Amino acid sequence: MTEVETPAIQLPDATKLVISNSPHIRGGETISNIMVHVLVALAPAVAAAVWFFGLHAVRVMALCTIGSMLIEEIWNKCAKRPSSWKDGSAALTGLLLAMNLSAGAPWWICILGSIIAICLGKQLFGGLGYNPFNPALVARVALLIGFPSLMTSWVTPQAGKWLACDALTGATPLGASGAAVASLNDLLIGNVGGCLGETSAIALLIGGIYLLIHKLIKWQVPAAFIGTVAIITGITHHFCPEMTPPALYHVLAGGLMIGAFFMATDIVTSPMTANGALIFGFGCGIITSVIRIWGGYPEGVSFSILFMNALTPLIDRYTIGKPFGYIRIKKEAAQ
Amino acid sequence: MTIILTSILFAAGLGVLLAVIIGAAAKAFAVESDPRIETVTDMLPGANCGGCGYAGCADFAKAIVEGRADPSLCPVAPPESAGRIAEYLGITTQEKEKVIAVVRCAGDCAATVRSPYNGVGDCRSAALVAGGGKGCDYGCIGFASCARACPFDAIEMRDGLAVVHPELCVGCGKCVETCPKNLIILAPAAVDVHVYCNSPEKGALKRKVCKTACIACRKCVKAADSEEQMTIKGFLVETNYSSPPLPDLVEKAACPTTALRLATKHAAGAYEGVSK
Amino acid sequence: MSDKPRKFKGGVHPNDSKALSASKAVVNAPLLDKYTVIINQHIGAPLEVVVKKGDVVKKGQLLAKATGFVSVPLHSPTSGTVTALEKCPGPACVSVPSIEITADGNDEWGSPFEPIADWQNAEPAALKQRVSDAGIVGMGGAGFPSHVKLSPTKPVDTLILNGAECEPYLTADHRLMLEQAEDVVLGAAILARILGLKTAVIGVENNKPDAIEALNKVAAKYSVKVQGLRVNYPQGAEKQLIYALTGREVPIGGLPMDVGCVVQNVASAIAVYEAVVKGHPSIERITTVTGEPLVNPGNWRFRIGTPISKALELAGGINVQPAKLLLGGPMMGMAQNSLDVTVMKNTSGILLIPVETVSQYTSEPCIRCGKCVTACPMDILPATISQAVENGRFDWAEQLNVLACIECGSCSYLCPSRRPLNQHFKRAKAEIMAARRKQQKK
Repeated sequence: MTEVETPAIQLPDATKLVISNSPHIRGGETISNIMVHVLVALAPAVAAAVWFFGLHAVRVMALCTIGSMLIEEIWNKCAKRPSSWKDGSAALTGLLLAMNLSAGAPWWICILGSIIAICLGKQLFGGLGYNPFNPALVARVALLIGFPSLMTSWVTPQAGKWLACDALTGATPLGASGAAVASLNDLLIGNVGGCLGETSAIALLIGGIYLLIHKLIKWQVPAAFIGTVAIITGITHHFCPEMTPPALYHVLAGGLMIGAFFMATDIVTSPMTANGALIFGFGCGIITSVIRIWGGYPEGVSFSILFMNALTPLIDRYTIGKPFGYIRIKKEAAQ
Repeated sequence: MTIILTSILFAAGLGVLLAVIIGAAAKAFAVESDPRIETVTDMLPGANCGGCGYAGCADFAKAIVEGRADPSLCPVAPPESAGRIAEYLGITTQEKEKVIAVVRCAGDCAATVRSPYNGVGDCRSAALVAGGGKGCDYGCIGFASCARACPFDAIEMRDGLAVVHPELCVGCGKCVETCPKNLIILAPAAVDVHVYCNSPEKGALKRKVCKTACIACRKCVKAADSEEQMTIKGFLVETNYSSPPLPDLVEKAACPTTALRLATKHAAGAYEGVSK
Repeated sequence: MSDKPRKFKGGVHPNDSKALSASKAVVNAPLLDKYTVIINQHIGAPLEVVVKKGDVVKKGQLLAKATGFVSVPLHSPTSGTVTALEKCPGPACVSVPSIEITADGNDEWGSPFEPIADWQNAEPAALKQRVSDAGIVGMGGAGFPSHVKLSPTKPVDTLILNGAECEPYLTADHRLMLEQAEDVVLGAAILARILGLKTAVIGVENNKPDAIEALNKVAAKYSVKVQGLRVNYPQGAEKQLIYALTGREVPIGGLPMDVGCVVQNVASAIAVYEAVVKGHPSIERITTVTGEPLVNPGNWRFRIGTPISKALELAGGINVQPAKLLLGGPMMGMAQNSLDVTVMKNTSGILLIPVETVSQYTSEPCIRCGKCVTACPMDILPATISQAVENGRFDWAEQLNVLACIECGSCSYLCPSRRPLNQHFKRAKAEIMAARRKQQKK
């Protein structure tokens, strides 16, 4: 007679049960996840940069991205902190820095920029999450002030000529004051001189829409930023056309697109509240317009974002909304 | 040349002007303060631990000078320091007994049942989630909140248990307020024998979750010179601090769970792994 | 009241995992030899035990009586002998007093109540007294005595039955509304009579169309309305539910009656129906036993005092060791470290979370992504508050309205830095309340 063995019912081992506060499940979002999404969103712009500037662009982007990751690791080693290159934030900072450099930037500019971005812009404040300013913009502005001639000589785009090794320097569309030097069509597609990320408005727009769809950026920032620039330059152009090109030209030219979609929306350095984001974008727009129309520098996007970064804590503080059920308390207290 | 001269003169002139303004402001808005406060502050330890109940040494000094506080309230300074301050101010002060903190738990990770915990590494936060996941509801949960609160680094975390170093402890009481389990008491520093258990549960229940729990076997009560020296409260024995036992009681009693310990030897780690 | 439910702000959409047990009909759990009944199963004044060791009790007999208004009595889950009055592991992982009943196997009723068959004409006060005597508490999770909510001190015009069941995994209320639709509606009608109202509204999330249909079939007869709700966690939170159904905002620190509402759980409504019409005290409830590690998840009708280990055995035991054992749902439930905890009146679910999907908290710095701000249904700033708590600034946390937090966990669920936000808020609330008590003493 064979006995049918009933499988014993297995119960959990109580000593291995983890105690923690609720909630006990979590969404899939992680820091590296967000960073990868932003990197993906930058892909069209990267492709455009390679199309127009060829291997020079690849060289600058590779130097900055790999350089930033290496420097982050070296810093972590020295500061005895856990390795963090895998979270992707250093790679993103590096790539954004590359987008802010000219295709003709020498190798040492790329490395110096990476050092400034990672060390001065981020780690000195305590690492990811604590930096008050956008690290890539800190580096760009530092380089712009330190090496003005190098940072403002642009390579002329040679669409499709990937291996073109002769870097021809040319003018940036916002350089010549008051006059439009490039056609709107060229600006839209990116067939103009400038930083790697300042060229193709359409590629940046695609990336921006990708970020908006994935709810990684607040729509308020780019909308307020670009809207404000368009309105101010539009009005100025209407009343004195010789002072500045029309609004659409301003929107498409220079670093406005990359600034509004990728730099100003940096989650660490922009306000958390929806109203705060509106104010932030509005402020960026005003400062950019003022610098572009009346300022000494042809481009004001980076300065405007850095300036508003400094105001972010203040904006956050003054845009704290009233919680659900708050109005009634007030009313009752008044009675 | 003139440019250099003008700029030097301008800078110098500006400096002089500002100096005059600042000087005048300092005179006009000067705050009258008792000079004795500063002297008394200097006589205090300057640790700013807050153990006296005032916001740092300067605030305490102000309270002493104004007659609102007694110099002996400072837990850090030696008794003679309070005497010196009293002498300087021409007031009288009470003698006070030096106290030290005692964490009434000996249940380190090796001796107790604990669940894995995932969350904020702070006792007061952890205590809100399932009591920190320790088998014993009354013991030290070991997230070092008291050690972080201690201004004198007198509390060491050893295998998930807070251990007070009596020679470093000044009895300021910061840890007492911090502990969510109300485990820490201030006991007279002269007494070395303490019961390192705080659980009022029955002996069998305690032993299930902790090897070093006091099971109220009364061995120490019987071994003591007088029964008053150790008091029984429910299922827990306590040192009677008003009539304390001598240090040799620990050896004489041979506590089966090693819950009865000398604070000095406990701090030195002499009891680790002794209990079975 | 508009027909379209309003959309409250924020919320999250976790994978609901309800399919594991949603199609499993409720089964009566077999009678056990022994029940360990936790004495204080409600929020409020502790009970006074009226039995002693060795007493013979009948099913439904009083074990412990209420000691105040905010307190409800406890009744025996079966007939048998009181064999111990010891401490047992409680749901908060802290030992709590309990009564051990060794069953005699007869399961013989000795209910202290007479059925009130003609409840339509009964005095509302008598019905309310029955709700109180039967020991009915909020069975959705909080365990607040139901009769207290039925004694509003402000005028009330709306009775809401909470059948949202927005917590992932849980299907107990879903099955109950589907299988006992008429009882739910009758319970609602009785509750409405107690409050002197003509009608009631049952709010059900739209992911339970079969339950809505079943309720609709019988609802009209008793002039009860069934309202489908948007699927969004925490739709079943009292304040969010009231807002969705009536557009009224319950003030911070206020109660539903401040806006003329009373909210009861659907399971409590059934308990009310059984107490009034059948004369049965609250000694059993429907609980979902679920989770991926279980062999056979499902819904059972357990007596109070059933150990979790027995419930897990009914569900066929486990395939793999889970990371966590929870009482309640995954968003607001409590983690357990013992299988000896017993089913209480408010145990809506017994849940095993597998290692793959369990939350892992670290205290990485906030990257200010603002996801928590967008998700917060109470419109506070979780990120900023958690930083205030980390710095020990509870005064600041209070200014930032941490007391409005309902601990729904939406923020922690989303946080990419995996910060233990919810625990920070719990701490802040505890510290603020402790400071206030201290202030009052002075």
